[in-house]
Amino acid sequence: MSRGRHRVLPRALLYVAAVLLALWVLAPIYFITIGAFSTSEAVYGYPKQLIPRDVSTETLSFFLHSAGVVDSLKTSVYVAGITIVLALGIGTPAGYALARFAFRAGDAFRLTVVATRAFPIVILSIPLAVMFIRWGLDDTVLGVAIVHTALALPFVVLVTSSVFAGISLELEEAAMTLGCNRAQAVRRIVLPLALPGLAAAAIFTFVVSWNEVFAASILTLQNRTLPAQVLAALDQSSLPYRFAGGFVLLAPSLLVILVIRKYLFNMWGRVVT
Amino acid sequence: MTATARRLRRWEGLPYWLILPTVAYLALFFAWPTVQAFQLAFREDDAWTLAHFRTMVNDAAFGDALRFTLLLVVVIVPLQFVVALGMALLVNAKLRGRGLFLYVFLLPLAISDLAAGIVWSAIFTEFGYLNTILEGLGIIDRPYLWLDPQNQGLLLMTVVAAEIWRSTALVAIILIAGLQGIPRDYSEAAEVFGAGFFQRVRHVIIPMLKPSIQVALVLRVILAFEVFATVIAITGAGETVLAEEAWRWKTSYFDDSVAAAYAVLILVLSLVSAGLILRLLRTPREQMAR
Repeated sequence: MSRGRHRVLPRALLYVAAVLLALWVLAPIYFITIGAFSTSEAVYGYPKQLIPRDVSTETLSFFLHSAGVVDSLKTSVYVAGITIVLALGIGTPAGYALARFAFRAGDAFRLTVVATRAFPIVILSIPLAVMFIRWGLDDTVLGVAIVHTALALPFVVLVTSSVFAGISLELEEAAMTLGCNRAQAVRRIVLPLALPGLAAAAIFTFVVSWNEVFAASILTLQNRTLPAQVLAALDQSSLPYRFAGGFVLLAPSLLVILVIRKYLFNMWGRVVT
Repeated sequence: MTATARRLRRWEGLPYWLILPTVAYLALFFAWPTVQAFQLAFREDDAWTLAHFRTMVNDAAFGDALRFTLLLVVVIVPLQFVVALGMALLVNAKLRGRGLFLYVFLLPLAISDLAAGIVWSAIFTEFGYLNTILEGLGIIDRPYLWLDPQNQGLLLMTVVAAEIWRSTALVAIILIAGLQGIPRDYSEAAEVFGAGFFQRVRHVIIPMLKPSIQVALVLRVILAFEVFATVIAITGAGETVLAEEAWRWKTSYFDDSVAAAYAVLILVLSLVSAGLILRLLRTPREQMAR
């Protein structure tokens, strides 16, 4: 039968296609990485070294010593930290409610949350910038964190809801039969089991905040986050600044996807709500 | 009814208390700013006005920004659907190392538009990686100017490359999740009856993926109207888009109202295209019955 040969050849082609697509994704990451870990001579040089010959931290340290970079790096971390606390503190109870209760407004609420994932950040940031001036929150870490929380909250609700749904209700009920009230059952039984999932939600929230540039650069002037700082410096920036800046902005994402890939499908994959 | 179930019953109000913080937060920092954006864009001195929209439309950059934004949406979204469908089918094909392929394909999901723009400007810049490779292969004999501010076709192509690289992962993950929901029997049955690979994709897989395709299309088109830092990082002053103009009016010209007018335009374009997509991809009733 020709069937065996017929199937082996396309199989090989599938591997070729998969490898090519993987290279398409990886090559740019590779280029910016070797660019960031080279001497400034190599960054300006041409033709570029495709296999790094002189690995060096010169370019990275030039970037980190550029005006405002270390401060904005700190600001970015503070903003992300506050965003994680706010988004998880507010969103986790809602995720628990969606997972454990069939209540009348539940479907409408889930639908609203799903829809807000796709809301343009542009329309939020401009009026909020105006409102924040009135509230004394302009150019503050808290102001940026508030906007980033609005962006991350829908994802936190969806992820935590799937995390809680994966924890058996019987365990919770058993704890309650044995004398815990509901709050105790949640604190002693459910939360410890949910911890890895909640950590994933926190990591994803970190990335949302770390990556966001439009709102951050509209809301801040002195207290810029790292993306806002890099964006502001971009048109006068040197090549080493760009290469190292690009790498520093991109670096967390490589780790983050590895850690949270299990939960990505709950954020984006769930089509039927 | 067990004692626990009875106790659960008594807590009927609990879920509402649990979602209250989220609802309140979204009302205060999602719904309210949206209302405020319309106020900023349509009001001046306590009266309704279209003056801010007139200022927006009469600005020299408006036409360019609108044209380039629409071009990006129209070119990027269809191309990236082909790439994403390829990724999804490959992940679904049970290749060895599919976990690794899945991880690599999804990597850009956490990469920001600014980082992607900088990465691709390093590739396209005159003394950058693309020219190094092309010269190494003997295709060109001196560095080619990809980021020529005068050559709008080339600038479009460079932004398209960066955006497809960055944002296709989002489409891919939605399609992969959709594919996993399709029973293998359908495709196998079609194969038994002699359908080739492309016939199966066209007549079995794509129709069954329709709900996922709809969601992915809506999300991507809306996000594509917001494209911002990629364009700034790659084209500099060479090209502009709607979000960039909103940002410029807010941070350089300090005019909140015209910035808000741009924001309203982006929102309206997003909603109209989302509505169009949902209408055009609607599943006719007679087809659903089958």
